[in-house]
Amino acid sequence: MELKRVVVTGLGAITPVGNTLAQTWENLKRGHSGAAPITLFDASSFKSQFACEVKDFDPNALIDRKEARKMDRYAQFAMVAAQEAIADSRLDLDSVDKNRIGVVLGVGIGGIASLEEDISKYALTHEELGPRYSPFLIPKMIGDVAAGLISIKYGFHGPNYTTTSACASSTNAIADAFNLIRLGKASVMVTGGSEAAITATGVGGFCAMHALSTRNDDPATASRPFSASRDGFVIGEGSGILILEELEHALQRGARIYCEVAGAGMSADAHHITASHPEGLGAVLVMQEALRDAGLTPADIDYINVHGTSTPVGDISESKAIVQLFGEHAYKLNISSTKSMTGHLLGAAGAVECIACCKAVEEGVVPPTINHEEGDCDPQIDYNLNYTFNTAQQREIRAALSNTFGFGGHNACCIVKKFTP
Amino acid sequence: MSEIAEKVKQIIVDKLSVTEDQVQPEASFQQDLGADSLDQVELIMKLEEEFGFQIEDSESEKIVTVGDAIALIESKQQ
Repeated sequence: MELKRVVVTGLGAITPVGNTLAQTWENLKRGHSGAAPITLFDASSFKSQFACEVKDFDPNALIDRKEARKMDRYAQFAMVAAQEAIADSRLDLDSVDKNRIGVVLGVGIGGIASLEEDISKYALTHEELGPRYSPFLIPKMIGDVAAGLISIKYGFHGPNYTTTSACASSTNAIADAFNLIRLGKASVMVTGGSEAAITATGVGGFCAMHALSTRNDDPATASRPFSASRDGFVIGEGSGILILEELEHALQRGARIYCEVAGAGMSADAHHITASHPEGLGAVLVMQEALRDAGLTPADIDYINVHGTSTPVGDISESKAIVQLFGEHAYKLNISSTKSMTGHLLGAAGAVECIACCKAVEEGVVPPTINHEEGDCDPQIDYNLNYTFNTAQQREIRAALSNTFGFGGHNACCIVKKFTP
Repeated sequence: MSEIAEKVKQIIVDKLSVTEDQVQPEASFQQDLGADSLDQVELIMKLEEEFGFQIEDSESEKIVTVGDAIALIESKQQ
């Protein structure tokens, strides 16, 4: 059976650096940090008191008020980004076969704010009132509901579910959506991911693991992947949505094509629940598999959007993995971590970073890894690699690879390339 | 309008995102005010909190219209 080709025909984003795709991409190119002190809850007693929040978000302005009230923040983000991506694709929703359109999203944590709210209410009131949980708690909390909500709003009857693999979740979603179209099981897929875990529980949990940066006096420079002084990731939130479409379907309706999805890989470290393999074993395997799937060689890749979370261990193993797999070519391609600007969007990271790859391929611009200071070099990191520190770089990008690695040792990687008929 | 009816109306307006004009005694929660079964559970819980008593499932099942809800609360308050 011949696999179908898959192209990207729509993008939408709501992120810590912009509430639309255009604003997000402009800020990524100009190296703008989305980090600031936490406003979503009182974090004054926490070790890490800042985050990359989505700013000025008014769900009622973007979603029907009654519907918005029944959605967790993570689902609201997904609805807003999906709306932008679908509009961007210019799909004619009146004439398209909606039985052939599916939704697969990646969500790492889900509606933790809703869960936290109801548990707190129980703790405070149950002795007096008995257990009183909202009938909307479960549908707000579950990580799959955003995919369901999108299908309900638009009447998409194709494959519909959510992938969960922590910080690799939305890359897994993109890989699944890609494969579903390749296999002929859908013509169009709404994919990507969403996350909103900047709550006392989310931040407290990551703080307890010593996973978050504690650079409270200077949030904007805290996410500094590949610099020696990095001290943990900065938690982020938001959503990225991509419209993937079977090539013939896209050509027939004269769709604008950003790029082609070339291949995707998945692997497991099989090593530790939270620490990455010290030599980047799973990372090598996943990039290798994505290249094989795409029918490309290492020399075909011009840009790697790394997982690069700014944690002491992860950045070392990922750069080792790149050198191991790409050999000499590793020194010719560009590497960057957009997490230096967006923070770590957890389950939505892969979606936003794949979108950055799509725009990078389209425009020939590599967004930077910000916050690197001259001489702030870690002896275990190879600085002959081009991390695109501090300033975006223009270059032709034939193909771009996006890495994401999740707690549990899940690795997922996707490759997009310039579309040529 | 009684004080109870006014309070009930405000809760309905808030929870179901409808206008005050729509909240008439004969209006059906599901047919006229767009509530689904989950909305109705939430509404009953809010009424319990507001008025400080329990509404049994056997009672809430009989609430179809705004008037039904007001009548039940008035009978309980006596």
